[in-house]
Amino acid sequence: MTEHARNPGEPLDLERVRAIRVNRSAAERRAATIGTRRTVKKQWQAAWLLRAVTLIDLTTLSGDDTPGTVRRLCAKARHPLRPDLAEALGVVALHPTVAAVCVYHAMVPTAVAALEGSGIPVAAVSTGFPAGLSPFPQRVEEIRASVRAGAREIDVVITRGHVLTGQWERLYEEVRAFRDACGDAHLKVILATGELATLTNVARASWVAMQAGADFIKTSTGKESVNATLPVSLAMVRQIREYRERTGFQIGYKPAGGIRTAKQALEFLMLMNEELGRDWLEPGLFRFGASSLLTDLERQLEMYVTGRYAAAHHHPMP
Amino acid sequence: MATVAELFQTMEYGPAPEADAPARAWLAAHGGAFGHFIGGAWTKAGKTFATHDPSTGALLSRVTQGTAKDIAAAVAAARRAQPRWARLTPHARSRHLYALARMVQKHARLFAVLETLDNGKPIRETRDVDVPLVARHFYHHAGWAQLVDTEFAGYGPVGVVGQIIPWNFPLLMLSWKVAPALAAGNTVVLKPAEFTPLTALLFAEFAHQAGLPAGVLNVVTGDGETGAALVKHPDVDKIAFTGSTEVGKIIRRATAGSGKKLSLELGGKSPFVVFEDADLDGVVEGVVDAIWFNQGQVCCAGSRLLVQEGVADRLHAKLRARMEKLRLGSPLDKAVDMGAVVAPVQLERIRALVEQGRAEGASIWQPSRPVPSTGSYYPPTLCTDVFPSSTIAQVEIFGPVLVSMTFRTPDEAVALANNTPYGLAASVWTENINLALDIAPKIKAGVVWVNASNLFDAASGFGGYRESGFGREGGREGMWEYLSRRKTGEGRRESRPASPSVTRVPSSVTPPQDGAVDRTAKLYIAGKQSRPDSGYSRVIVSPKGVFLGEVGEGNRKDIRNAVEAAHTAAKEWASSTGHLRAQILYYIGENLDARRDEFAARLAAMSGTKVADGRREVNAAVRRLFTYAAWADKWDGAVHSVPIRGVALAMHEPIGVVGVGAPDGAPLLGFLSFVAPLIATGNTVVAVPSERAPLAVTDLYQVFETSDLPGGVVNIVTGERDALAQVLAEHEDVDALWYCGSVAGVKAVELASAANMKRTCCTSREPDWYDDAVAEGRAFLREAVQVKNIWIPYGE
Repeated sequence: MTEHARNPGEPLDLERVRAIRVNRSAAERRAATIGTRRTVKKQWQAAWLLRAVTLIDLTTLSGDDTPGTVRRLCAKARHPLRPDLAEALGVVALHPTVAAVCVYHAMVPTAVAALEGSGIPVAAVSTGFPAGLSPFPQRVEEIRASVRAGAREIDVVITRGHVLTGQWERLYEEVRAFRDACGDAHLKVILATGELATLTNVARASWVAMQAGADFIKTSTGKESVNATLPVSLAMVRQIREYRERTGFQIGYKPAGGIRTAKQALEFLMLMNEELGRDWLEPGLFRFGASSLLTDLERQLEMYVTGRYAAAHHHPMP
Repeated sequence: MATVAELFQTMEYGPAPEADAPARAWLAAHGGAFGHFIGGAWTKAGKTFATHDPSTGALLSRVTQGTAKDIAAAVAAARRAQPRWARLTPHARSRHLYALARMVQKHARLFAVLETLDNGKPIRETRDVDVPLVARHFYHHAGWAQLVDTEFAGYGPVGVVGQIIPWNFPLLMLSWKVAPALAAGNTVVLKPAEFTPLTALLFAEFAHQAGLPAGVLNVVTGDGETGAALVKHPDVDKIAFTGSTEVGKIIRRATAGSGKKLSLELGGKSPFVVFEDADLDGVVEGVVDAIWFNQGQVCCAGSRLLVQEGVADRLHAKLRARMEKLRLGSPLDKAVDMGAVVAPVQLERIRALVEQGRAEGASIWQPSRPVPSTGSYYPPTLCTDVFPSSTIAQVEIFGPVLVSMTFRTPDEAVALANNTPYGLAASVWTENINLALDIAPKIKAGVVWVNASNLFDAASGFGGYRESGFGREGGREGMWEYLSRRKTGEGRRESRPASPSVTRVPSSVTPPQDGAVDRTAKLYIAGKQSRPDSGYSRVIVSPKGVFLGEVGEGNRKDIRNAVEAAHTAAKEWASSTGHLRAQILYYIGENLDARRDEFAARLAAMSGTKVADGRREVNAAVRRLFTYAAWADKWDGAVHSVPIRGVALAMHEPIGVVGVGAPDGAPLLGFLSFVAPLIATGNTVVAVPSERAPLAVTDLYQVFETSDLPGGVVNIVTGERDALAQVLAEHEDVDALWYCGSVAGVKAVELASAANMKRTCCTSREPDWYDDAVAEGRAFLREAVQVKNIWIPYGE
C-alpha cells in the first residue's frame, strides 16, 4: 500500500513526550482559517473531490451488519462513481476506487471475497473496538485472527486510561504488541481523541503511537461523542511532521467520524497539503474513515459535470 | 486547459477569483471621478488625482484633491449639523449607528472587494477580518450611543471632529474613528488616505442612504496638504489621527496651544516574544498572523521576533518551512495569503530597508516561490543575524519583513522588548501562566496578546505607549476621547499669566534683620534637599513687596537630576501596592494637618490675605490628599467582554515619570491636586511649584520626609516655572506633562512635548481648586494612567 519505507518504530523518548505542549486557542485559530485561506474551483475542485473519493476507507461498523450489507458496500467500493460521471470527468482510465473497506472482524471474510481482484484492501477494526477494554491477550489474538482472515490493515484502539493517567510506557508497550501481531498488515492506531480531554494529550499519544510502530494514527472510532475535528487533526499531523523530521519516516493520518460533506473533506485535504505536503494526499498516507461522505462527493462531482445541484437518490447507495 | 485527470495528479489549487464587477460598476456609476461628500451630497470633482489597484498598477478612479476651501465647507457642514445631532436622544443616535452596522453587513462583499481593489490586501482579509470588524464596531457603538448619557454623566460631545486615517485598514480605521465620534454626539470631517479613498466614499454615500443626517459625516479626499488644512482649521474641536509617528509629531506641533483635543495612534516595532516552553507550531501561525497579515502593513505588526536562544534554530526552521507555503498573488484570489503592497513607493521603501539590513550583516531569507512580476509585491522575509544596533531592528519597515533576535532570560526579553521608542503592541508566547502574567505588565505597550497576535475587538481599547501615540480606540476607554466635560460656565477662570520674575539680586527687598536662623529652601531631589546647580536663589515677596523667604533657582541640570531620581524611584513605586500608596498619602495628610497653622500663615502671607483663607486652603489640601489616598487602591482596571474564549484585562498602569508645572491660583492646593493623583496611581513626579508662591510647597519637604514617602517619588525644583516646564517638556525621558499656566505656556509645553510624543494635560483655564466636582476625581485619575489591554485566550 505504500511506496515509502515502513516505520519500524523506535525506543520511547519519554522526555520528548512530556515536553509536548499544544496551545489549544492557537490551534483553533489556525484550524479556523484552513478553509478560508484555501479554496478550489472548477476543474481543480473536481480533481480534489475525486481525490477525496480515492482516500476513503469506506466503512460499516454496525451491530446489524450482515454479509448482504457488506457485499453492497464492497460493490460500491469498486465503483464509487456512476459510470456516466466518470466518463464526463474524463477519469475512466484512472479506475478510481475507494482506498479500503473497513469492517468488524466477523465481516472480514465476506469483504475479502467481495473485493477479490479489485486490489482494494480490507481493514478490520480490532482489539476490542471501540472501548478496547477486553483482556489484553484476547485483543492481540483478535489482530492475528483478522490478519489470518485476510485483513491487510488493522485499526486498533488504545487504552485511553493509559493516556489519561500518563502511563506512556504502558501505552507504548500495548501498541508495540499490536504492531508485532500485525506482521505485514498495516497498523492504524485509533486514539479516540474525543476521550483524551486535551490536545496536549492527543499530541503526546500520537507521538507514543508512532514510536511504537504505528503506520497510521487515526482520530476516532466514530463511537465517541466528538470525532475528527480540525484542531485535533492539527495536533496529530504536527506530530507526524515532527516524527518525519526526526526519523525520516512518514506516518499516515486518518480522521474518522463526522466527516460527511465534500466541504469538510476538502478542508481536511487542504490541512494535509498545508501542514504536511503533497505526499499526504495519497492513500498510502491519508484516509478518511467515512461512509456517507462518498454520496456527498458524488453529488458535488455531478454538480460540476451538469451545473445543476444533485440529488442523493440519483447515486447508487453504498 | 488542465484536465481533471491531470489535476488529480498535480493537486494544484488553481485560480479562485472573487468577482469584482459590482465594485467596478459602482466606480463607473460615478463617472470615474469623485468629488467630496459634504453635507449629505457629492460635490463636483475638482482637481483630481488617481487611485490605483496596487496589484496591477491599473487606474481605478480619480478623486478630488481637497483644498482648504473644501475643508472649510466640510467643517461648516459638520458645525451646522452638530447641535441637532447632539440633541437627538441617545436612543435615536443609537438607531442611526445600528443602521450603519446593518448597512455595512448588507453591502459586506461590495465593501470587501472595493477595499481589496484599492488597497491590495487579500480578499480573505477584507471579507473575514476587516468588514466584520467594521460592522462589529458600529454595533458596539450603537450600544454606547444608547448608554452615553447615563454612563458618561456630566460629559457631552466635543463638537466637530477632524479625523485622518491611514491606508492600511481604510474602512476599519474609518469605523474606529467614526463610530465612537458619532455615538458621543460629535459630527465628523474625515480625510481618508490618498492611496485608499474609495471605501470611505462608498461608506459616506451608503450612510446617507441609510438615513444619517446631512453633515454628520463628511468625507474630504486629498493628500497631506488636505489633512494639514483640517488640522489647522480653527473650528475643529478635536483631531484624531492614525498614521506614522513622523506625521503624528507634525500634528502635535500644529495643534499645540489650540485647545484641540488630540488622539494619535502611531507607528510601532512590536516585539513578539517566544519562550522555550511555547507551542512552537502555534507560535509559527502566530507569526503568520503578526507579520504576514496585510503584507505586514500593520501598525501593531509583531515585527521583532525575540526568541529564547535554545529554541531559536528550531523556530527559524519551522518558520522557513511555513513561509514556503505562503501563497502570494492576486489579492482578489480567494486562495492567497498575501496580496500587494499598497503602492510602489512603499515597495521601494521595504526593498531599501531590507537591502540596508543585508549591508549591515543580516541574513535575509525569502521563500523560493516566484513573486508576481507586475504589481507591487514583496515576498515574506525573515532576517536573522540581527541585533538591536541593526537599522532593521529599530525602524518600522511596514512590510512583510520579520527580524529575529535571541534572548537568554525573561529579564533580557523584557529589556529587548522595551528597547524601542515605540510601545504599541506585543505578543508573549509561553505555556507558563506565571511567566506570561509576569512579562505582560513589564512590556511597555498598549496591547499585549498572550499566545496570540493581532486580536482586535470594539470592546477593547487599542492604542500606544511612548511614541506610538496616546488615546485609546474601542471600549469605554475609547469613548472618553470623544467626550468633554459639559461646560457649566462656572468653576473656571483664566489663569493669570506667570507672575513677573523676581530678581535674583534684590535691591529693593531686604530680609528682615531679626536674628532668625536662615531658612532658604533648597530643591527636593531624590528625597534629599539639595542646593541648586546655578548657585543662585530667588526672593519671594508678598503682593505688597514684603520679603517672605528665598528658594533655590533651579535650572536644566536640576531638572535632569530630578528626572533621573524619579526614574530610579519609579520601578519600585509603580509596583508598590495601592494600599501602601494610600497609607503614605494619608500620612502626608495627617502630617500636613498637624502643621496647618504654620502652612495657613505661610499661604496667607504669600497671597496677602487672611490666615483664615490660608487655613481653608490647607484644609482643602488635606481633604484632597485623603481623596487620592482613598482612590489609591480603588482605581481598578476592567475585564472587557471580547469575543474569544479568554479575557482581555484592561489594566491601569502608571505613565511613568510625569513632569508637573503647578498652578499659581492655590499654590499648595493646586500643587497637590496635580501631584496626589499622579503618585496615587504609581507615577513619580518632577514638579515645579508656583513661581510666585512656592514657599508652602518647599515647606512640604519636611512633611514628605516625615510621611515615609520614598525618595524620588516627588521631586521639586523651584525657579522660573515656564522655563523649567519647557525643559521637562523637551526631556525625552519624561513620559507625560501636566501644566496649568498661561496660554503661551500651554502652547510652548505642547510644542516641545512632540519630541518624544509625551502625553500632555495642559490648561490655561484654572479650575476652582476648592470645587471637588471639577478639581479632583476620575478625570484626573484617567489622565494619570494609561490603559494596557492584555488579551489572554485560555482553554487546555
